[in-house]
Formats: sequence, C-alpha cells, structure tokens
Amino acid sequence: MRSFAVLLKNELKLNIRNMNMVIFAVILPLAVLVILGFLYGTSPAAEGVGFTFLEQSIGALCTISICAGGLMGLPLVVSEYRERKILKRFKVTPISPVVLLMVEFLIYVIYSAVSLATVIPVAMLFWKVEIHGSWIAFVGSWLLTMISTLSIGMMVGGIAKNAKTASVIACVLYFPMLIFSGTTLPFEVMPETMKKTVRLFPMTQGIQLMKAAFLGVPIQNVWLPVLVMLSITVVCFSVAVKYFKWE
Amino acid sequence: METIIQVRGLTKAYGQLPAVDHVSLSVKAGTVFGLLGANGSGKSTTIECILGTKKADSGEMSILSLDPQKDRRRLFQRVGVQFQECDYQPEIKVSELCEETVCLYENPADWKKLCTQFGLANKTNSAVKSLSGGERQRLFIVLALIPNPQVVFLDELTTGLDTKARRDVWKILEGLKNQEMTIFLTSHFMDEVEALCDEICILKKGHIAFYGTIMQAIKKSGCERFEDAYLALASEEVDAE
Repeated sequence: MRSFAVLLKNELKLNIRNMNMVIFAVILPLAVLVILGFLYGTSPAAEGVGFTFLEQSIGALCTISICAGGLMGLPLVVSEYRERKILKRFKVTPISPVVLLMVEFLIYVIYSAVSLATVIPVAMLFWKVEIHGSWIAFVGSWLLTMISTLSIGMMVGGIAKNAKTASVIACVLYFPMLIFSGTTLPFEVMPETMKKTVRLFPMTQGIQLMKAAFLGVPIQNVWLPVLVMLSITVVCFSVAVKYFKWE
Repeated sequence: METIIQVRGLTKAYGQLPAVDHVSLSVKAGTVFGLLGANGSGKSTTIECILGTKKADSGEMSILSLDPQKDRRRLFQRVGVQFQECDYQPEIKVSELCEETVCLYENPADWKKLCTQFGLANKTNSAVKSLSGGERQRLFIVLALIPNPQVVFLDELTTGLDTKARRDVWKILEGLKNQEMTIFLTSHFMDEVEALCDEICILKKGHIAFYGTIMQAIKKSGCERFEDAYLALASEEVDAE
C-alpha cells in the first residue's frame, strides 16, 4: 500500500510536469464547453424540448478527458516506459506489474474526475445547466464509460511492443472515437447511416447512457450498453495483466 | 563460504545465433566477481539470464538459492541491480527517483544518507538528466544499494566516466567490498578489474575462455601485466594465428 501511494504521488507529479494531459484532459474539455456555451447559450436542444443544447452535451463533454487519458495518455506512457527500459528496471525490483498498471490507471481516473468536476460546475454557473435525471445514474454511467475506455488503453499499453506501435493503435482508437462517438461532434447532427455505424463504439453507448441519465429521458435496453462496457473492461483488464510485457 | 550466485550450463541463442554457450560459474559470499570479454562476447546476455530479465534456453540459475524467474518478488528484496542501459522517467528528480525506489522494499536504506555518502547531497533536488556522467553513475550505485542488498550486479558501471570519476567509483566499490557485500560486475577496464575482483571469468563468443583469479590469468597467459594477459586470453586474433 505504501509503495502504491508513493508511486501514485510520484507518477502524478511527473505526469502533470509533462503538461500534455493537463491540456488535453482538463483544458480542452473546458474550451469546448466555452465554445458551445457561446454558440448555444441557454437555447433549447430542439423546439419544444425541456432541456438545453448544453445539457444535452454534458455527457459528451465529460468523455473528452476519458478519451484523451484512456486512448492516448495511458497506452503511450506505459509503452514509453517499456521502450525506455524503465519497466526493465522495475522488473529487477519486488514490484508487481498489477501495482504498476493500477498506478498509471488511477492517474487517468484522477484526470477524468477533475475534468468532470470542472466542466459541470462551469456549465451550471454560466449557462444555467441543470440535471433533469439522476446524479447517481449519471455518475454511474460516467464511471462505466471511463473504466471501460481506460481498460482498452491499459491493454494497448500493457502489450504493445514499443511506443510507436502503441501510438498507432492509440490514434486508430482515439480519433474516430473522439470525433464520431458523439464526444465532440454531437450525435444528433449525424446522418442516419453514420449513427448506425458509430453505435458500435463502446464510447457511443456510454455517452448515450450518460445523456439519458442527465436529461432524465427513458432509454431502451439499458442493459445492453452496460453489458457491452462491462465485458470490454473484464476482457481488457485480464489481457493487460496476463500478457503484460516488461520488455 | 556460502555460494551467492550459482550458474550451471547457461545457454542462450538469438534465433540461430548462439550468444552464450554452456557457461557455469559460482560466486561466493563477500567476493567481487568480474565478468569480462569484448563487446558481443555475451556478458550482458549472461547477466540478464542470471537476473531473469532474459529467459535462458537451458541451464540452471540461482541467486541466494532463489530462482530469479519464479521467486522474482522475493529475490529482488535482497538484490541490487544497475543495468548498462539504465533509464528513468524523463522529468524525474533525484529525490523522486530515490523515493520511488525506496518505497518498493520492505527494509530500505536511508537514501539521503546514501546520497550524502556518495557526494550527491546537494543534487537531490536536481533533475536526473541534468547530472554529469559521474554523478549519474553514483546515483545508480545509490539506487542499487537502496534495498540493503546482499548482492549487487553492476553492468559496465564506469563506462563513459573520466579517470577521476572512475577512481571515485572504485573507492566506493572497495568500501562495499570491505563491508562483505557480494559484487558481480562487468567492465572493460583492466586496471579496475585488477584492483577490485577476487575472481574473473573471460567470455569469448559466448564460451568461457578463462575462469580463475587475476594471478592465475597472468600465469596462464605468460604475460607480465594483467591487461596483456586479458588480451591474450580474450582476443580472437590469437586464436586465428
């Protein structure tokens, strides 16, 4: 436990010193919120609905940081440590690979939580965003989205041969999910065929859940996205731990 | 005397290319063992197979009677290692690297004391990448000593250092030797080996070309100086003639 706490503190410090994640996981989501805020203000999402465009986008805004951490930060940091032989140095110490992976995992959980804790209050303060559904359901679906996305990143980082492979895989996962799963480009404005395709992304499912929870609109087949995200988490965690490579 | 490191019939090939071929050696408690040989003679592969960071094709390895692959987490509570291509997180400071190492062990040494002992007391707040070559090598010795180890592995510790820094490192190693620590090292500097090692093993293309004490090496080669003896025993030109 002591080693976990020290490693977490240290790795978090190093990560913040690097600034990349501060920009992409904390500042970027806020910037997108501000832009949407100025564009749409408190105007309703569509004619005759009881919620604003921003309220509808909150779930998606909270996933920008999850996306950056899980699909960029986490896989890149772990594979970079492997390539620079930092993991090799750890191999000749008593540390368990599970502890190492959990430390890196938790760092991106922290970033996602910070993003959530800044985006929502700012939106509430400046654009009168209010939750129409339930906080518990919203935070629950946020947690599920985050853990499943981060577990994908952990798997990529745990088994990718080097930083280059990891970064290619990360880009292939990051950009389509960031742009098309409703994170930055609202799901609502997409043409029908596109909607059908992007439904396959686990993140799309997560965002739809978060949105429904935030707006308090009923959603059909709640258990399907939950089940999909849970299975992704279990599979990715197991693969990451079982096939973990020090070198 | 207790045997600390035991290697029997270590063999490792990379694809078709044999790197280490049936190497056996043993290191007794409190002695300094030097593994020598030209670049590519199999030194690093041997060290890595002993430590378990590479998997040997065949042979038996044990350190402190433990299997480095199976008992990894127990073994490395008591073993310090400095790798040749040692790296650290890009922005890390000396104090952070030490703390991060300390927290991994049950019974760690006081890293501040070690830093003072090795002349790094005023560097603890600096970034590791800003240290000079000599300071960095001394830091890596500090890291290897943090576990309070019974045995340390030092892979080409003095490569890239100037004469003064090299002498400083020797003094440190002599001090450790006087404290009965077992040291396994590789080096390209024969003056260093002569000053420190109780026993040496010279590798040539993955085979053992010589195994014994410095005096025995000099005697066997018929040379006067140890460096000439090493060249005679290790060089391939002698073979070809």
